[in-house]
Amino acid sequence: MDTAKANIIAQLKKDILPLQGFKSTWNSVALDGIPVAIKNAFPNAAFPLGAVHELIADSAENATATFGFIAGILASIMRNVGACIWISGSKSIFPPALISFGIRPDKIIFIHLKKEKEILWAMEESLKCKGLSAVIGEVQDLSFTASRRLQLAIEQSQVTGFIVRRNPRSLNSTACLARWKITSLPGQLPEDMPGVGFPRWNVELLKVRNGKPGSWQIEFAAGRFRHIPKIAAIHQQQQKKTG
Amino acid sequence: MQKRFISIWFRYLKTDWWIRRRPMLHDKPFVLASPDHGRMIITAANKLTQKQGIDIGMAVADARALIPSLEVLDDQPETSGRLLNGLAEWCIRYTPAVAIDPPDGLLLDVTGCAHLWGGEKQYLTEIRKRFKHFGYDISIALADTVGAAWAIARFGNNNRIIESGQQTTALLSLPPAALRIEAPAIERLEKLGLRQISQLINMPRSALRRRFGPQILQSLDQALGYEEEVINPVQPIEPYQERLPCLEPIVTTTGIEIGLQRLLDALCHRLQQEQKGLRTALFKGYRMDGKIQKIEIGTNRPSGNPNHLFKLFEDKIESIEPASGIELFTLEASKVEDLSTVQEQLWGNQMELDNVELSELLDRIAGKIGGHNIHRYVPAEHYWPERSFKEASSINETMQTTWKVDRPRPLQLLSKPEPIEVTAPIPDYPPMLFRYKDKLHKVIKADGPERIEAEWWPQDGQHRDYYCVEDEDGYRYWLFRSGHYDAAKSYQWFIHGFFA
Repeated sequence: MDTAKANIIAQLKKDILPLQGFKSTWNSVALDGIPVAIKNAFPNAAFPLGAVHELIADSAENATATFGFIAGILASIMRNVGACIWISGSKSIFPPALISFGIRPDKIIFIHLKKEKEILWAMEESLKCKGLSAVIGEVQDLSFTASRRLQLAIEQSQVTGFIVRRNPRSLNSTACLARWKITSLPGQLPEDMPGVGFPRWNVELLKVRNGKPGSWQIEFAAGRFRHIPKIAAIHQQQQKKTG
Repeated sequence: MQKRFISIWFRYLKTDWWIRRRPMLHDKPFVLASPDHGRMIITAANKLTQKQGIDIGMAVADARALIPSLEVLDDQPETSGRLLNGLAEWCIRYTPAVAIDPPDGLLLDVTGCAHLWGGEKQYLTEIRKRFKHFGYDISIALADTVGAAWAIARFGNNNRIIESGQQTTALLSLPPAALRIEAPAIERLEKLGLRQISQLINMPRSALRRRFGPQILQSLDQALGYEEEVINPVQPIEPYQERLPCLEPIVTTTGIEIGLQRLLDALCHRLQQEQKGLRTALFKGYRMDGKIQKIEIGTNRPSGNPNHLFKLFEDKIESIEPASGIELFTLEASKVEDLSTVQEQLWGNQMELDNVELSELLDRIAGKIGGHNIHRYVPAEHYWPERSFKEASSINETMQTTWKVDRPRPLQLLSKPEPIEVTAPIPDYPPMLFRYKDKLHKVIKADGPERIEAEWWPQDGQHRDYYCVEDEDGYRYWLFRSGHYDAAKSYQWFIHGFFA
């Protein structure tokens, strides 16, 4: 009886989505590298491609974590084919490191620009180019108008855009589909083994259109994200304290 | 302007060419022959042979009876056409309009060219001298009409330059064969005792047409200049250039855009027909005051798409200053390459780097904000982190080596390592504490060291011992110590990057 009810509710939710103005986007890639827990936060439990994702990074360290997260997603979008454009204000990305995320660095075109206006222009032009796997841009501030322009550019081409905002001055509302914040977490190693372990991040989905915001702890290991349930983590910490 | 034409007649075109190829034939009687009805018929004979009465159309066996030492070579029928084409292209140095006149002549439209060589006489002398130097025995004439020049070159005796308007008098004494008419007509004229043009020039036209056909009248009119004759110039390699003169001087952006669009359409139409694409293009506007305004664009791959090229130019149009107005636009493709046909993908959303749309996008970005900002990296054979990748020279450059995957590398690398203060146990442990940008980081976990030796061949320097460390917030850094611990304290700690 309850399952029937749940089914009805799920079906109703699906029916309501188009009424709310939600358009299902191009999503032919399965994106199996992304944990189901994160996917569930989005409508129809599918990571939205063909949309602009906004990522907040408030320090150089967190920016790196953010790039790591993007690189992990990008790997499942690109799958060793396709091209990607990475527009940034400085030559900070170390291309050989991308290989550990499963991306061929020679498939990425880096554009280094000084002015934010130019970065946004280049990003808009790139987003209009059909067939690109993704476009990544780094800016400090993103006005609502600028984000709207990016979103409009995407509507024709269905390219996925990631816009990283480094040290934003204000968290104004934007037309982006989702707003993320990625922060580093200490790595966990079994039984105090030496080394640093796999990178681990706290992924916060601050805003999402038609979805449920949330926060997860994930680890990037063996070329894919692994969701670490929070309870277990807390449990471990408690164990440590007591033990 | 009065038209002037030159007719060049190569008396011994094929045999001269053979002598050029085989200088040893120079002093020998030889003929070219081809089989006809089971016999070898002479198709060309050199000067020596012709002097001894051997002519074209004779059987080789008859000629051998006259000159036992006669050398007979096989004739290839397509030689003369190919040869004339080559010579015509060479003649473009004298005039842009050169036509071939089969089987053994060239026609040059030299209207307004001769003064560049200091007059018609010098002009002719120069041409004759050059051909003589090549080894070709030519007969040349200059006249107002093609027909007159042709006739004088072949049948004239001494005066080779016919003054403007004098062609009628010059032709009078020539035989009817000089009129470029068919052999049966010549024979009939001959039978009737009409041995000179002067005899038939005053005959009633209707009688001439009735007896000898309309061709003789046309030839006569063309030779005398009553009827215009056009020559068909050989196609020289035209530069990829388009011109657009304007009726009124153009001063507005819209006007310039329309002009550019037209030129691009015309140029791209031609490029498409020839399966070519342009790599660089130059758009020039000639201003009323004599100054030239120009803008230039370049593309990543050959392109013949007018819309794309227009977009590239569009960003630069504003740099054109029309001032008092532009009266002539030209568009020139200075670098043109063969267009590699791209197979369109019917399905599949992924695209590769050599995609047309992507290169058009990069052209646009390069056009607006400079191509030096666009980079693509390929691996390099170096362990030193700063040198482990290099910039690809082109979007299609393939990798010479593979990316190294064995050691962890930070996602963000500082372009220059920054010195840090550390507290580290010796001899080779990672630091316990380090201070970077006035913030103290306590190292909780660490991995390393990974020693990377300085590559002595490009630069001097000490080796680096890299550690990956994690501080109490979970942030990961790439630190290194440059050099050994020693009494002189020549070592120094640096931060070089951030791990994800």
